[in-house]
Amino acid sequence: MRIEPISGRYVHIELEEREHRVYFEEAGEGIPLLCLHTAGSDGRQYRAVLNDAEITRRYRVIAFDMPRHGKSSPPAGWENEDYRLTTGRYTGMIMSVARALALERPVVMGCSIGGRIVLDLALEHAREFRALIGLQSGAFVERYYDPAWLDHPEVHGGRACGAVAYGLMSPLSPRSEVWETVWHYMQGGPGVFTGDLHFYQVEGDVRERIGEIDTSVCPLYLLTGEYDYSASPRDTQAVVDRVRGAKLTVMKGLGHFPMSENPEAFLRYLRPVLQEIHG
Amino acid sequence: MNETFMVEVGETQYLVTVAAGRIEKVERGPFVMRPWRFAIRASAEHWEKFWRDPPPPGWHDLFALLRRGEVAFEGDQRVLMSHLLYLKLALASLRAK
Repeated sequence: MRIEPISGRYVHIELEEREHRVYFEEAGEGIPLLCLHTAGSDGRQYRAVLNDAEITRRYRVIAFDMPRHGKSSPPAGWENEDYRLTTGRYTGMIMSVARALALERPVVMGCSIGGRIVLDLALEHAREFRALIGLQSGAFVERYYDPAWLDHPEVHGGRACGAVAYGLMSPLSPRSEVWETVWHYMQGGPGVFTGDLHFYQVEGDVRERIGEIDTSVCPLYLLTGEYDYSASPRDTQAVVDRVRGAKLTVMKGLGHFPMSENPEAFLRYLRPVLQEIHG
Repeated sequence: MNETFMVEVGETQYLVTVAAGRIEKVERGPFVMRPWRFAIRASAEHWEKFWRDPPPPGWHDLFALLRRGEVAFEGDQRVLMSHLLYLKLALASLRAK
């Protein structure tokens, strides 16, 4: 019998004066490491980090599902609104979860939209974090397809979202992990991926401001898979060029979902970063 | 899928007919007034990179070409998006093994 050392619970937080029931998983003890999943997916993407004994020996790893994602409920009244993620909402959610779980100066690691929001956290809340890790970070991504097709009554949302996620991964990643990553996308609620992409492709443009990030207040590590064409190594390099002290690692053979498409390869890149942060 | 769609490799046109998900026929053009539901067009040079095994980063997916502006979609994009995973896998299956 094999039972993983991950436990899952629900925390209640208030966001924009509404109660939200948020699911989170955690494992380990030590420095809090709060993990942010990609647009339209959920915290299961971090299962390998949560299961890595070398990391959980020194880190309390926490991955929460954003409201509407995974096992987290949408707020009451969701049926009457168009969901759109914004910088303010995303940051508010992260700060609320960190407060509710009493995390003291956590490390935050986010991928894709999570890799974008850590840049905003570096700008607005640097003192409240021990370090920030951006996976597949870019300051902005211009739209190259219309995400309205992912939330269309005549297109199967799960299949379309899965198809978009599939292509962002590396052809070299293990197939079973690639298809599990696709499965998470196929399980997303209607309009959720598209709503998250509003932040990623429209509202959350930090190109003008990233030069103000001060890595002497909070270290910033950026790790990008070479096969990602949404946030490509070139996009992350453009961030590093403007943020003094930001550290870039290009991850060979990995795509847009390093932690879930090829966990073993990703952990080889992540462990030394966590080692450095731990000191 | 039950559709006929066009794939253009540079100047060369192909009409692919799919019935109940099975590729029934691939015809090579030129064609005169043949109907199709949607078309996927890219240069021979760009398809060649897409069809390498393994493909280089940034050339490994239909949407990777779209991000570069190196592929054009025409016709009924709803049908294309409905069958996006099928199309991505069908086109990638032509990679040299």
